[in-house]
Amino acid sequence: MAMIDEPLYPIAVLIDELKNEDIQLRLNSIRRLSTIARALGEERTRKELIPFLSENNDDDDEVLLAMAEELGVFIPYVGGVEYANVLLPPLETLCTVEETCVRDKAVESLCRIGAQLREQDLVESFIPLVKRLASGEWFAARVSSCGLFHIAYPTAPDALKTELRTIYGQLCQDDMPMVRRSAATNLGKFAASVEAPHLKVDIMSIFDDLTQDDQDSVRLLAVEGCAALGKLLEPQDCVAHILPVIVNFSQDKSWRVRYMVANQLYELCEAVGPEPTRSDLVPAYVRLLRDNEAEVRIAAAGKVTKFCRILNPELTIQHILPCVKELSTDSSQHVRSALASVIMGMAPILGKDATIEQLLPIFLSLLKDEFPDVRLNIISKLDQVNQVIGIDLLSQSLLPAIVELAEDRHWRVRLAIIEYIPLLASQLGVGFFDDKLGALCMQWLKDKVYSIRDAAANNVKRLAEEFGPDWAMQHIVPQVLDMINNPHYLYRMTILHAISLLAPVMGSDITCSKLLPVVINASKDRVPNIKFNVAKVLQSLIPIVDQSVVEKTIRPCLVELSEDPDVDVRFFAGQALESSDQVMMSS
Amino acid sequence: MSGGDEVVAAPVGPPQPLDWKFSQVFGERTAGEEVQEVDIISAIEFDKTGDHLATGDRGGRVVLFERTDTKDPGLSRRDLERMDYPISRHPEFRYKTEFQSHEPEFDYLKSLEIEEKINKIRWCQTANGALFLLSTNDKTIKFWKVQEKKVKKISDMNLDPSKTVGNGCIASSSNSSCPKPCLANGGSSDRSCNYFGNDFSFPPGGLPSLRLPVVTSQETSLVARCRRVYAHAHDYHINSISNNSDGETFISADDLRINLWNLEISNQSFNIVDVKPANMEDLTEVITSAEFHPTHCNMLAYSSSKGSIRLIDLRRSALCDSHSKLFEEPEAPGSRSFFTEIIASISDIKFAKDGRYILSRDYMTIKLWDINMDSGPFATFQVHEYLRPKLCDLYENDSIFDKFECCLSGDGLRVATGSYSNLFRVFGCAPGSTEATTLEASKNPIRRQVQTPSRPSRSLSSITRVVRRGAETPGVDANGNSLDFTTKLLHLAWHPAENSIACAAANSLYMYYA
Repeated sequence: MAMIDEPLYPIAVLIDELKNEDIQLRLNSIRRLSTIARALGEERTRKELIPFLSENNDDDDEVLLAMAEELGVFIPYVGGVEYANVLLPPLETLCTVEETCVRDKAVESLCRIGAQLREQDLVESFIPLVKRLASGEWFAARVSSCGLFHIAYPTAPDALKTELRTIYGQLCQDDMPMVRRSAATNLGKFAASVEAPHLKVDIMSIFDDLTQDDQDSVRLLAVEGCAALGKLLEPQDCVAHILPVIVNFSQDKSWRVRYMVANQLYELCEAVGPEPTRSDLVPAYVRLLRDNEAEVRIAAAGKVTKFCRILNPELTIQHILPCVKELSTDSSQHVRSALASVIMGMAPILGKDATIEQLLPIFLSLLKDEFPDVRLNIISKLDQVNQVIGIDLLSQSLLPAIVELAEDRHWRVRLAIIEYIPLLASQLGVGFFDDKLGALCMQWLKDKVYSIRDAAANNVKRLAEEFGPDWAMQHIVPQVLDMINNPHYLYRMTILHAISLLAPVMGSDITCSKLLPVVINASKDRVPNIKFNVAKVLQSLIPIVDQSVVEKTIRPCLVELSEDPDVDVRFFAGQALESSDQVMMSS
Repeated sequence: MSGGDEVVAAPVGPPQPLDWKFSQVFGERTAGEEVQEVDIISAIEFDKTGDHLATGDRGGRVVLFERTDTKDPGLSRRDLERMDYPISRHPEFRYKTEFQSHEPEFDYLKSLEIEEKINKIRWCQTANGALFLLSTNDKTIKFWKVQEKKVKKISDMNLDPSKTVGNGCIASSSNSSCPKPCLANGGSSDRSCNYFGNDFSFPPGGLPSLRLPVVTSQETSLVARCRRVYAHAHDYHINSISNNSDGETFISADDLRINLWNLEISNQSFNIVDVKPANMEDLTEVITSAEFHPTHCNMLAYSSSKGSIRLIDLRRSALCDSHSKLFEEPEAPGSRSFFTEIIASISDIKFAKDGRYILSRDYMTIKLWDINMDSGPFATFQVHEYLRPKLCDLYENDSIFDKFECCLSGDGLRVATGSYSNLFRVFGCAPGSTEATTLEASKNPIRRQVQTPSRPSRSLSSITRVVRRGAETPGVDANGNSLDFTTKLLHLAWHPAENSIACAAANSLYMYYA
C-alpha cells in the first residue's frame, strides 16, 4: 500500500472506510464526503470520486440515502455550476433503487441541482435524464421521474415541452398504480411550471384521467391536486373544471376520498370565489359534515373554523351551525373531540351576539361531555372565546368541568388540565381562582403520581409568575410550606422541589425570610433522600440570596450535611459547597 | 369460465381432461428416510409471472425456486425458434436460494411460545430485478428482499489494513496493476501534508497521494434481507396475508380480526374487521382465511368457520364489520348432524384471476362461488365423499380439523385441492366439463382410476347450481385401509399461466404438468 504521511492519516482512513465492511463506518465516511472531496481536489472529485460513487451503488439503503443527500449539496466540491452535471449520473442511479426514501432523497437532490444548472446543461443533460427515467423498465425509475418534470420543463425548447407534457400524460396512465400515484402527487408542481394555454388543455385532461382512476389511492391524491390546480387557474376556469370534480369527489363511493375532500375543501373556496362557494361548496361541505363515516366527519369537523372564516357570518349561521349542533352530540367521541378543538375559534367569526345565542349552548354541552378529551379541548382554547363574550357566561359551567378533570382517574387527563391552569387563571382572573381553583392546585401536590406532583410544582411557580409575588405570598406560599410536614417523604420532596422553583420568582427577601428556614429545617429530616435534596435546593438558592446569608446560614448547613453518614448526602452537599466556593471566587 | 359468452356461442363443448405428467421433485425422500418435522412444507406460492416459486416450512425457512425453461439469454435465435415447439415446453424450476425467515420466539408477556412455522407466503411487486415477498408465522409478518449482490474485492487502499502505516508497499503488485492517474502526478505529498496540518485547508489541486479504493467484483451471490417487520398487531394466530392491487397495502387476518397495513410502514396498522364479541363466551364463528380481490382495490373476501364467505367493501366505511355480500350454502333440511358445522368450516378461499369467482374449500368439498350470485355456490365438487362414514374416526384423531388449501388454474377452467394419502384432485369447472382426476404426489401420479360414468350433461348456458358428484376413486375406497390420514396433501399451488401444479407431500415438493 502507498505510503501515507502522518497528517493525512485521518483522511486516508475516511476514504478507505468508504468500502469498509462495517456499515456504520461506511455511513460515517459518506456523511463526510465533502471532506474527502476537498482533500482530493475538484478535478479528482469529478474524475474519480463521482465515478467511484456511481459504480458502487449496490450498498445498503442507509448508505445510499446518505449519499443521495450529500450529493445534493455537492456542486461546490466538483468545481461549481459549470461542472454540476457530473453529479447527475450517480443521482440518476439512485432514482432507480427500490427503497422509497432513497429515491425521494435522490429526486430532492436532483431538483436542487437542476435548479442551479445552466440552461445548456438542463437541455443537454437534465432533460434526457428525466426522459430516461420516465421510460425506465422498472417502475421505480418512472416513479422518480414524475418529481423532476417541473424542473426540466421551463427551460425546454418548445418541441421538447410538448414531448414532456405527453410523457407526463403517459405516466398518469401507467400500468403500475405506484407510478400513477407519483404522477398525481407531483401534478400540482408540474402544472405550476406549464404555460396557461397548455394548463387548460393538456394538464386538465391529465387531471381528468386521474380523477377517474379506479384505484382509490390514486383518486385521493388527485383530490390534493384540486386545490393546487385551482389556485393556478383563472377563477372562471376553476369553476368550470375543478368545481364539478370536487363536488363529485365529495360524493365519492370511497370514504377515504371524501376524507381528503373534507381536509382540502376550504382551500378551494378561495380559488373559486364567493358565489360558487355559496352555491356548490357549502352544500358539499354540509354533506361531509353529515357523512355516514365517522372518519370523514372528524376531518370535516376539524376544519369547520377554517371554512367558516372564508364564509360570511350569515352563511355560517344558516348552513354550518345546524351541522355543528348535530356534531356536538355525535355518536363518535373523536368527532366531538375534533369539533371541540376548533369550535372556540368560531366565536370571533360570529361576533358577540351570535356566539352567546348560538355557540354558547354548544360550548356548555361539550364541557359536560363524558369524554375528557372533548372537555380538555374546549378548555385549552378558552382565550378565543374570552375575547368575544368574556368568561363570565361560561364560568358557571367551567368550574365543575375543571374539578371533574382535576380528579379524573387517568393521570394523563389530570396532567393535561394542570398544564392549562395558568391559562385558565389568566383568563378567569384572580378572584375566581382564589375561590375555586387554589385548593385544587394544592391537592395536586399530593397526587399519587409523580408526573402530576412534578407538574403541580411547576404550576405553582407559573401561578406566582402570573399573579406576582405578593399574591403568591398570600395564597400559595403558606399552604405549600405547610405541607413540608407531610408524613410521607415523597410529598416532602415535592415541596422542596416547589420551593426551588418558587425562590427565583419570589425574590431574595421572601426566600430568606420564608423559604430558606423551611429548607434548613428539612436538613434535619430522617430520610437521606430529603437531605440530599436539601443540598441540591440550597445549591440552587445560592445565586438568589445575599452573600452574607450564604455564609451565615447555607454553608454551615451544607458543611453539616457533608459529614452525613449517607454517601449520597455527602456527595450532593460536597457539590453544593463547591459551587458556593465558585460563586465566592467570582464575586 | 371467464369467457362465458364464448362458450355459449361456440358449440365446442368442455375442454378435454388434462393428461397430467410428473415434472420434477425437490427434496424427495429415500425409502425409509424419516421426515424431520422442521422440513415439512407449510406454504407454497407462485409469483404473478410464474417465473418464481416459494415454499415455506415448519422450520421457518423460505426456499425460492426459479423457472429455467423460459429465459435463457445464451440461446441463439435458431435455438429459440426450435424451442417454440409446444410439446416439450412445460415449466421447469431449479433451486434458487433459501433463507431463515422466522425463528422460534417466546412471548414473555403472555408466556406463549411462538413457533417459527411459515403460515403463508405472498409475493410482492418485483423491482430492479430484486424479488420481494411477505412471509408470516402465527404472529409476525416480514417483508423480504432477495437480490443478487456482487461479491466485492477491495484493493488499493490508502492504508494496508494488515500492516502498520510505516511499512507499506507490501501489496504493491495490486497497486501497480491498476493504472490510476494519481500515480502519475505523485511526489508532491510533502508539500500537501503541510497544508493539511494547517487545519483542514486543502490545496486547490487536492492531495495527490490519496487514492480511492478499487472495487472489483467477479461473481454475484443471492442475498435475502429482511426489510421490514410487521409485529405486535395480532392477538390470535395469523391465518392469511394478502396483497392489494394498489401495490401499496396488504391485509393480515387472524381468528378474529383483519388488519390493513401499508407496506412501507411497519409500526402501525388499521383494524378493518373485528368479529370479537364483547363476551368471548358468545363466540360462535372465527375468521379462517382472507383475500383481496385481484383487481378491485376496495374489495376483500373472508371466510369463516361456519362455512360462509363475506365480501366487504373498504370504500363504505373505515370499519368493515358489516359485510356487503354474504355467501352461504343453504342448509339441506334434515341433514344436520354433530359434524355438520365442523365440516362446513372453510379452510381456504381464493379469488379467480378475473375476480368474478371465489373458490372455497371445506372439509368435504370445494365450492366455486360467483360473486354476482349470493344464493349459493355456482358449483360444488366432492373431494373425498367416501370419508363421510368415517367422520367419527376423523374426529377422534383430529384429522377433521385439517386445513386443506385449494387453487384455481390461471384460465379459471379447473380447480384443484389436496386430500389424504398424498392424493390431490383436479376438477374441470367449465360448463359441461366432467373432468375429475385423482393424482398422487409421487413420481407416478396416475393411479389406476375409473372415469366417471357419463352423466346427464347440463345445459351450457345454465347458471343453475349443480352439485356434481366428482369421480370417486373406488380403488382406494374399496380397500379403505390404504387411506393414510398421516400423509395429507394440504398445500398446493397452480401456475398462474400454465397447467402446472406444485404440491407439497410432507417435506417433498412435487411438480406436475399437463
